[in-house]
Amino acid sequence: MAWKKTVAAAVAAIACIAGSPGAIAQQAGTQFIGITGYRVGPYGANGAAFFGGFVDYLQLINQRDGGINGIKLSGEECETEYNNAKGVECYERLKTKSATGPTAIHPMSTGITYAIIDKAPTDKIPLITFGYGRTDATDGRVFPWVFPIMSNYWDAATGIVKFIATKEGGDANLKGKKIVLLYHDSAYGKEPHAVLEAEAKKLGFELKMIPVPHPGNEQQSQWLQIRQYKPDWVINWGWGVMSATALQTAQKVGFPREKMVGNWWAGSEVDTEAAGPAANGYYAASLNLGGKGYPVVQDIEKIVYGKAKVGSNPKLIGTVLWNRGVAAAMFTVEAVRKAQEKYGKKPVTGEQVRWGLENLNIDAGRLKAMGFNTMLPPIKVSCQDHGGSGQVRFQQWVGNEWKSASDWMKGDSALVRKMIEDSAARYAAEKNIKPECMGG
Amino acid sequence: MQFFFEVLIGGLLAGVMYSLVALGFVLIYKASGVFNFAQGAMVFLAALTFVGLQEKFGLPLWGAFPLTLGVMVLLGIGIERVVLRPLVNQPQITLFMATIGLAFFLEGVAQLVWGTEVRRLDLGLQDEPIESVMERFNLLISKFDLVAALVAGLLVAVLAVFFNKTRIGRALRAVADDHQAALAVGIPLKQIWAIVWSVAGFVALVAGLLWGARNGVQFALTFVALKALPVLILGGFESVLGAIVGGLIIGASEKLAEVYLPSLMSDFLLKHYDISINLAGIEGWFAYMLALVFLLVRPEGLFGERHIDRV
Amino acid sequence: MLYRESGQFKTSYAADQQLFPILQDRIGVLTLLAVALVAVPLLASDYWLTAILIPFLVFALAALGLNILTGYAGQLSLGTAAFMAVGAFAAYNFQLRIPGIPILVSFALGGLTSAAVGVLFGLPSLRIKGFYLAVATLAAQFFIPWLLVKVSWFSNNSSSGVITAQPVEILGFVFDTPVRKYLFVLVVVAVMALAAKNMVRSAIGRAWMAVRDMDVAAEVIGIRIMQTKLIAFAVSSFYCGVAGALYAYAYLGSVEPDGFNLDLSFRILFMIIIGGVGSIMGSFLGAAFITLLPIFLDIVLTDGAIWLGLNLPSGTTSMAQLVVFGALIIFFLIVEPLGLARLWQIAKEKLRLWPFPH
Repeated sequence: MAWKKTVAAAVAAIACIAGSPGAIAQQAGTQFIGITGYRVGPYGANGAAFFGGFVDYLQLINQRDGGINGIKLSGEECETEYNNAKGVECYERLKTKSATGPTAIHPMSTGITYAIIDKAPTDKIPLITFGYGRTDATDGRVFPWVFPIMSNYWDAATGIVKFIATKEGGDANLKGKKIVLLYHDSAYGKEPHAVLEAEAKKLGFELKMIPVPHPGNEQQSQWLQIRQYKPDWVINWGWGVMSATALQTAQKVGFPREKMVGNWWAGSEVDTEAAGPAANGYYAASLNLGGKGYPVVQDIEKIVYGKAKVGSNPKLIGTVLWNRGVAAAMFTVEAVRKAQEKYGKKPVTGEQVRWGLENLNIDAGRLKAMGFNTMLPPIKVSCQDHGGSGQVRFQQWVGNEWKSASDWMKGDSALVRKMIEDSAARYAAEKNIKPECMGG
Repeated sequence: MQFFFEVLIGGLLAGVMYSLVALGFVLIYKASGVFNFAQGAMVFLAALTFVGLQEKFGLPLWGAFPLTLGVMVLLGIGIERVVLRPLVNQPQITLFMATIGLAFFLEGVAQLVWGTEVRRLDLGLQDEPIESVMERFNLLISKFDLVAALVAGLLVAVLAVFFNKTRIGRALRAVADDHQAALAVGIPLKQIWAIVWSVAGFVALVAGLLWGARNGVQFALTFVALKALPVLILGGFESVLGAIVGGLIIGASEKLAEVYLPSLMSDFLLKHYDISINLAGIEGWFAYMLALVFLLVRPEGLFGERHIDRV
Repeated sequence: MLYRESGQFKTSYAADQQLFPILQDRIGVLTLLAVALVAVPLLASDYWLTAILIPFLVFALAALGLNILTGYAGQLSLGTAAFMAVGAFAAYNFQLRIPGIPILVSFALGGLTSAAVGVLFGLPSLRIKGFYLAVATLAAQFFIPWLLVKVSWFSNNSSSGVITAQPVEILGFVFDTPVRKYLFVLVVVAVMALAAKNMVRSAIGRAWMAVRDMDVAAEVIGIRIMQTKLIAFAVSSFYCGVAGALYAYAYLGSVEPDGFNLDLSFRILFMIIIGGVGSIMGSFLGAAFITLLPIFLDIVLTDGAIWLGLNLPSGTTSMAQLVVFGALIIFFLIVEPLGLARLWQIAKEKLRLWPFPH
């Protein structure tokens, strides 16, 4: 009899999926936001923090402001497991859930970004890749639908070099210094190679690149090589368990953590807390500051967690990745707000949100008004520059929290810009795209 | 030369960490012929339960340990009852797939109960170089790794006594030798399996504590299983001794290879073919290749049992 | 009553050697193909096509490839995803570097490249068996993606190692919309499935099964073990390679080497175990099951929580999905270890007597 049950279950499954797109009617008149998130798997801890903050901010907009100009937000999260194929399925599912589409997608995975990057223009859905994804997409003339908002990997790499230079007392002092890039051996880890090599040539430091095979839970041989090489600085281009292990192993071989700089995916509580005291003194680039000292974070704590009791996880409030999720959600919300200015106070479509993103201008005053204060730098997006800032800020782990260790700073933006345009032009040639601004 | 020894010793000690995980596989394979892919998930579950209990009830190390062990024993009994018993006499591949299903199940349950946050596991032991050795020989030996190696040695000794000197141990060996014959002389097979899975749970707990203290308790702990697989094929699926020796060989050769081989290969390519390429990062597959080459010479592994096929 | 083969006499060798000797089967397969070719494109939404049907067909083809190796020739492999990666990257490079090469030729060459790599990694199977072999195939699983990441020539020196598939164009007709892509995949998969069906009943197919059931005995009756096993590796990798190319060209569009990871290999192994080891049909059933189950669970658990008005902490549904998926796999293996194909067989036997079972 058991197989009958199985067949029945299969039939039910098919019936359910068939009826699913649109099965739960989105409340009419809301701005539907589709979320491709992940909370399980090797990066589940990172995803849980990021998407926790993301959803919490959307809740705040609903609970505190009653939506964006009176248009309530609704949303749905689909689990991608950080898996490209599942990401595509989620994207396809979410895009049909509402008449106005999923607003804008934050894939939160470079792999998924690549998998849907060609679909976005046909579906007219903007992608926001906040600190990951395709770097050359910063050129909005070739990639009108992709927004690597704020800063990209090459900004991070040159920013880190800049930071090291300031610690050494100026660019000139980098000459003859030895820097190791310890990177996750994957597409993500390969991103900074070209730009760092260019920097090494320009500034005259010695660069050694040491890969760590996925997942990076064993780094004995890498760190023994580092010990042998005796570098002045180590750049940690890690993700997931790799960063905590790098810190632990650095302690094991006696390499000072004050001489290690991570990028922004290797610089959150997830990475340092697991390493315990071994993480003390470690620097990391960041897209946003952590901590609870911002009115917006306090509002979320008070309203979303306190009054409405719909918060995702109180333990995560104020962590670096959670704050990043809040910031990411803010970009979506502000793009919608901008689009509403032009297209009227109603749920806006992907095309309209794209216009909103391209004309996004969040200055210091606006940041303060929204309660973000110094958590983010001012951002002004344009067609040429889909990033809008290119700045990074450095934080240092002091045993129990991330402390700001620098002001907002820019790396070698001229070099980055040139490389972006070269790479984008190559892509345009390969794909027969005529680079031009899309306009409204 | 000093660097060579450093890498060698580091590799051997890392190999012990692999052996710890491989031991769990061996125990189960020996007694029930199941290639238990869920061993990685069990390591994760054990470590997570341990820190979870510590965090929730503020238990000290010695308090959380027996409680977690209890959970692992219950789990072993449960697995025997719910998964293994209904699948008796199925082909090995079916059992293997069932353990992959089990791995998903355990990973999900562990995170449902304790959450996905990354946690620190503090055994009160910092992963630092031993200073006296450092000063005298300028040789880096990690305190933590040394303790881990001692624990592993102790564990193997305990297991050896358990297998060779106790009644249950003898029954276990009988079962491993021949299920049918063991049944025929009145050994309760189901009980034995439950015991073996519990012991494997205990080994998973020890491995989970040491690995968790090193990398933090997080989902990536499940991946330590992948480090243990080449150890298994090299040492032989059925041999406890093989797991230890295999671990040492794999650990040492893997580290030495990662340090010396890529630059040799890169230089060679550059010199003879004018190809400039950074080949580092071979650690991900080197152990597997080594095991593969080794198998071509000795298909049953270092200490595995030779099977003779008869028509 | 309806499904009865008695009275269908075969009067020629040709009739005796048909792919589907029973009339009802022929009708069934033709109807299925007709539905898939005509009705589905007319009725299915874009979501169904791009997110369910195309991946289902691609995975079915990969499962078919693995089934040839594991189900028919008895060689357990955990390297399926790696062979898919070889197919995808090879097809991409042939298309890129040989101007004007037809896309189907690229696919075939991609498959052949994959077959060559498959033979290479199949060589140890001459010495080792069972789980030792399975773990040894993991060497391929870890080595190949590593090589694809390392040697940037394979990805045309893209900074991240990601390749973007060229448009699929045959005789000036571009397969760009979901419906067209679906039809393209469907035709390729259908042709290759029929070829596989034909192959497994040929001399080589029978040799595979003999080796699977007992290699020593097979050797005694004069089957060349080495040749048979290596052909199995080659054919299997060819199928996986083409599946990989389809995965890149018709499904994802852009792929990175790390996408072809161990998880994908396991997923495909699940498909053949759940579907039925040693069954062409089973590959399809298993692929359908493993593709649909997570989506189904996701929808049921998420929507279920909403309908019940539960305010679950976020992430709980994701975790619950994992738990239920694992439990269902175990449940399924216990209830029907021979897979969905076996259920289909039982159904056929019942149909034979239906509606008068006595």
